[in-house]
Amino acid sequence: MSEWWTYSLSDLILFSRAAYFRLFELYNAAIWPAQIAVFAVGVAILERSLRGGARPGRARGIAALLAAAWIWVAIAFHAARYATLNTAAPVFAWIFAIEAALLLGIGVVRGRLLFGRPETASEWCGFVLFVFALAVLPFAALLCGRGLRAAEIFGLAPDPTAVGTLGLVLMAKSRPRWPLMIVPTIWCVATGAILSVLKTPDFWIAPLAAAIAVVAAFTGRSAAHV
Amino acid sequence: MRDVWTRRSFLASLAAAGASAAFRPSIAAAYPGPRGPILTRAIPSSGELLPVIGLGSSITFNVGNDPAAESVCADVMGVFFTEGGRLVDSSPMYGSSQEVIGYGLKKLGQPKALFSADKVWVSDGGEGPGQIRTSEAHWGVPRFDLLQVHNLLGWEEHLPVLYKMKDAGRLRYVGVTTSHGRRHGDVEKILRKEPLDFVQFSYNAVDREVEERLLPLAQERKIAVICNRPFQKGDLIERVQRAPLPGWAAEIDCANWAQVLLKFVVSHPAVTCTIPATSKVAHMRENIGAAYGRLPDAGMRKKIVEAVEKI
Repeated sequence: MSEWWTYSLSDLILFSRAAYFRLFELYNAAIWPAQIAVFAVGVAILERSLRGGARPGRARGIAALLAAAWIWVAIAFHAARYATLNTAAPVFAWIFAIEAALLLGIGVVRGRLLFGRPETASEWCGFVLFVFALAVLPFAALLCGRGLRAAEIFGLAPDPTAVGTLGLVLMAKSRPRWPLMIVPTIWCVATGAILSVLKTPDFWIAPLAAAIAVVAAFTGRSAAHV
Repeated sequence: MRDVWTRRSFLASLAAAGASAAFRPSIAAAYPGPRGPILTRAIPSSGELLPVIGLGSSITFNVGNDPAAESVCADVMGVFFTEGGRLVDSSPMYGSSQEVIGYGLKKLGQPKALFSADKVWVSDGGEGPGQIRTSEAHWGVPRFDLLQVHNLLGWEEHLPVLYKMKDAGRLRYVGVTTSHGRRHGDVEKILRKEPLDFVQFSYNAVDREVEERLLPLAQERKIAVICNRPFQKGDLIERVQRAPLPGWAAEIDCANWAQVLLKFVVSHPAVTCTIPATSKVAHMRENIGAAYGRLPDAGMRKKIVEAVEKI
């Protein structure tokens, strides 16, 4: 489309805040009680990454679960549900599928996503981000008056999945991290922009998390080079 | 609105309706409205009368697959038609809005008053007819009354197709749209050379750039004007509601700020109608109320602008 330059972001966000969060309510209702199982998987990922995740077999399992989360969000959220509101959602689905492919390629096929107990500042930062995505972000809905029915769960909703992935990648002992951080970072910025147009009070959370992750990754790399 | 309706204004509107009915008896008589006749404007290319308040569907009707929200939108449409409304506007760009309109029309028994206005929004001209058929299926209508090239996207390719559809009786009116002040120079060039029935652009008490060139040009070229964003996507109504409704609002039969802002738009002589969007029944009643009673004259229009700019 040659006229893209004439559009501002608000011209393209043609749905309301109420419709967006109602989407999560209906999505959560449709997949209940999968949230409990997926939360348990998230806890297991954390536990495995802290204890023995450096073993290639376990690390491959973590990467496979993470890839499954990204492909699930691509299909079940973006393509099947968000696309009814946002004409750009099919593009988001493809972007999420790309991250799933990267996780499969780098983490499962090549086995280059190895974990262990956090030691450096950037690894601890990753740990905090993952715990935040798993256990705190779902309650952002409550703090913003949306109710738990609209809670966004790691592994099922895009924002906590992106933030949690940034956390896990930061926790990884292996390098390079950047290929796996690009898509989650882009998503965090994009979702922040969309939520800002929708005037949600917590629009800044995902972009701030991404900024912290990028800075931590950069400082971690610098420290590794010293 | 009902509270401020006076005997004098009722008689004035009744007289206006009588005059209008003398020229366009079939349309004017069909929508007497609960508070005197609904205010209408003629489409210059045909003389057909349209109520000055239409119904937009951008954002508000894009509710995804939410049965509860769809039902509320159908209720909004029900009030719109009951109160004399006709023109409903949508676009393939508006997510699920077209399907929601189709749901509402079906629930309401396909209201005969409907004036269906949709858009073609695809850069490849070859994909236009397919998109139009999909839109018709979403609405559940055999044909649209008006099709507009949305935001001028691919207008060179789409307009010849729309003209052919009109010639073949598959369409009644052809138009182009823009919004938020985009590409006004291009709109002006198109208005000068194309035989359009309608043009749609943004106009409200704050965004008045179109008063300079586009509105007078449309009037000169006898092109009907649909004004979108009368509330600036809600920002303007949110802003003015911080202030109490001025006493002079009663002089133009307005019971709330929404009606003041809408009457400002439709009182411009070049404007055919405006298309406020809402997903709330109460707001729909307020909006359609602006299609009744007295309209502001030039002095009152100036007063509205001054009042809004002060807030």
